[in-house]
Amino acid sequence: MTVPLLDIDGLTVTFPSPRGPVEVVRNLSFTLGRERLGIVGESGSGKSMTGRSILKLIRPPGRVTAKKLAFDGIDLLAQSEKQMRAIRGARISMVMQDPKFSLNPVMTIGEQIGEALVMHQRIARGELKRRVATMLEAVRIEDPERVAKLYPHEVSGGMGQRVMIAMMLIPEPDLLIADEPTSALDVSVQAQVLEIIDDLVKRTGMGLIFISHDLNLVASYCDRILVMRRGEVVETCRAAELGKALDPYTRGLLAAIPRIDETRAELPVLERT
Amino acid sequence: MTALSLADLDVFYGETQITHAITLAVAEGESFALVGESGSGKTTVLRAIAGMAPDWRGAITVFGKPRGHGIDRDFARQCQVVFQDPYGSLHPRKTIDAVLSEPLAIHGIADNGRCVAEAMDAVGLDQRFRFRFPHQLSGGQRQRVAIARALMLEPKLLLLDEPTSALDVSVQAEILNLLKRLRREHGLTYLLVTHNLPVVSFLCDRLAVMRQGRILEIADVGQLQRDALTDPYARELARLGAPAIAI
Repeated sequence: MTVPLLDIDGLTVTFPSPRGPVEVVRNLSFTLGRERLGIVGESGSGKSMTGRSILKLIRPPGRVTAKKLAFDGIDLLAQSEKQMRAIRGARISMVMQDPKFSLNPVMTIGEQIGEALVMHQRIARGELKRRVATMLEAVRIEDPERVAKLYPHEVSGGMGQRVMIAMMLIPEPDLLIADEPTSALDVSVQAQVLEIIDDLVKRTGMGLIFISHDLNLVASYCDRILVMRRGEVVETCRAAELGKALDPYTRGLLAAIPRIDETRAELPVLERT
Repeated sequence: MTALSLADLDVFYGETQITHAITLAVAEGESFALVGESGSGKTTVLRAIAGMAPDWRGAITVFGKPRGHGIDRDFARQCQVVFQDPYGSLHPRKTIDAVLSEPLAIHGIADNGRCVAEAMDAVGLDQRFRFRFPHQLSGGQRQRVAIARALMLEPKLLLLDEPTSALDVSVQAEILNLLKRLRREHGLTYLLVTHNLPVVSFLCDRLAVMRQGRILEIADVGQLQRDALTDPYARELARLGAPAIAI
């Protein structure tokens, strides 16, 4: 592997505020190969902003600067909005948190998934229908022909999230950014959805950035982990070694999680400054 | 004494029967959890007790008094609810002071100035937040307000509906510690609804595992901690809920 899939150096995202500019992501650097990278942190740590800035989805007055922001050798900062549209969806796609707010309520599921494909390539109608059905099957939806004709409000949350994953994966992207893809779902459905993403990642060899506030989930699911706090990376480690993390903030987060064999009378909390 | 007992509780939403013959008893001072996936009917049980799902059959008894189907002031003095989402459960245009004073005004309790200050102290909220609006507070602070509001009438039974699932882990730890301390100091009885089993392990004495509107198993929390639940579905749920990181 010579060129990494994603190469980020010195990424900074700034928003203006009455008290001067605020850096919500500060000098962030990492490279990503064809692997599963987890980004964890509390609300406000800048993890979602990092995901969005890779797709250049930060709207003004927010500003993205970086020494380097390259995807597969393409300098993303130099791309025009039109060029970005050719990359978004087709080569990098993003699964959002809540299917309720991210699916178009007045379009059937089949049409929405098909649209993701039609945007980027010319395709015959019969072929399109077949691809949509295959994709729905890949995310383990039974009876795909029936489901393709349903509207988003007619399916459950777990099914909606699977539909969104299908939509994001049908153009066969090289990089998938999943921003809290399962936090609106139940534990059992959660496991199912993760398994589907994992299976597709393995099969197609794409890169995955998995953004979550759930340390347990990220530790069991990713290869490598970045821990973020106030816009900065405080720790990078292999997922299997998260339990041995050295950074006091990471250790504090780990200790604050109740365990199933909990015997502590009180949970340790982080000092707030 | 039994704080709460449910006998053959069937709750309906329109034509649909949501729960089937829910029977359980929670002793005074006990912390009891209802766990299950969404759609298992756990929140519905809590809503029926709180009077928010009035179409039910069976019996709900709180501290020896049967609960009717309507709004009941005496009942409200005994039993209050803390809701899941502190972003949705506080009125956006009322100050913290107004939110906390309202239960007192409804129940005609005078001297609410001192009561509000005491309630804020009890949940660890600084007095400077008193005349602020919910959007000026963080998620953890809002949940503290929601807990303070539930405590204003000095109830003996608190119904907690996923009180920490909308919060970050470090904030969750603060709220869980707070709930544990309040229970000890005020001698409260908790009925906690959650899908997070480690939280049950930390905060509760017993739990009931629900699925499709029925109780599958009632167990001591020790059984959960030792992985000694008997029902296969309950065991599966516990396995999925167990954290993976070894520290």
